[in-house]
Amino acid sequence: MSTRLIYFAWVRERIGKSQEDVELPTGVETVADLLRWLKSRGEEYEHALQYPDVIRVAIDQEHVEHREKISGAREIALFPPMTGG
Amino acid sequence: MPGAVVPTVRIQAEDFDVAAEIDKMTQGRADIGAVVTFSGLCRDEAGRLAALELEHYPGMAEAEIGRIAAEAVHRWPLQGLTAIHRHGRIAPGQNIVLVVAASAHRQAAFEAANFLMDYLKSRAPFWKKEHHSDGSQGGWVDAKEADDEAASRWKQAVPKRN
Repeated sequence: MSTRLIYFAWVRERIGKSQEDVELPTGVETVADLLRWLKSRGEEYEHALQYPDVIRVAIDQEHVEHREKISGAREIALFPPMTGG
Repeated sequence: MPGAVVPTVRIQAEDFDVAAEIDKMTQGRADIGAVVTFSGLCRDEAGRLAALELEHYPGMAEAEIGRIAAEAVHRWPLQGLTAIHRHGRIAPGQNIVLVVAASAHRQAAFEAANFLMDYLKSRAPFWKKEHHSDGSQGGWVDAKEADDEAASRWKQAVPKRN
């Protein structure tokens, strides 16, 4: 099952795309695993995810912590801390 | 009746009319004693800023503000609650965000509007990018730690209503 990844703000700009569908390799079970795996996919990902702790993540449009399991997620969004309001 | 209020949440590119939003909430009612509004506007930062570009996560922006608004309705005895957030390019002096809270008494309306803004700033998926007036490359606005602290103070401050 493929998972849709969506990127916003400077995460989107640094990765160079706003979304992509990926097949998650076995062993990628949590948000933290996903960030680690993505970071290894090329220098644009390395640049965007250099400090994984600051990256905020939403699964199916709800905020989650990095320890959250991602199995069954249809849509995972990665973005910087929010600055609305 | 507590819990009967359904918040209005809108995410839109176009401007809003503060007076019209108050009218919509209060028209035909005689039980509302207090209406608090908060408007957030784009500043020019002493002439440095030409505009702000507000990016958002469609779908989640509505959902997340809806969740925060539902929590406000649960915590305070409100008679109406509206939250409107704009996206796209916004020039200095223009509106960005509006919160309208109505209640029988002022305290609940003030607190609910304050709560909604504090949570919205740290949890609603919007990001501001600056456009500079001298044409130089602007950057993404950094999140403020003070905003996270403002949101966290509500965790202990307000007892939940039954």
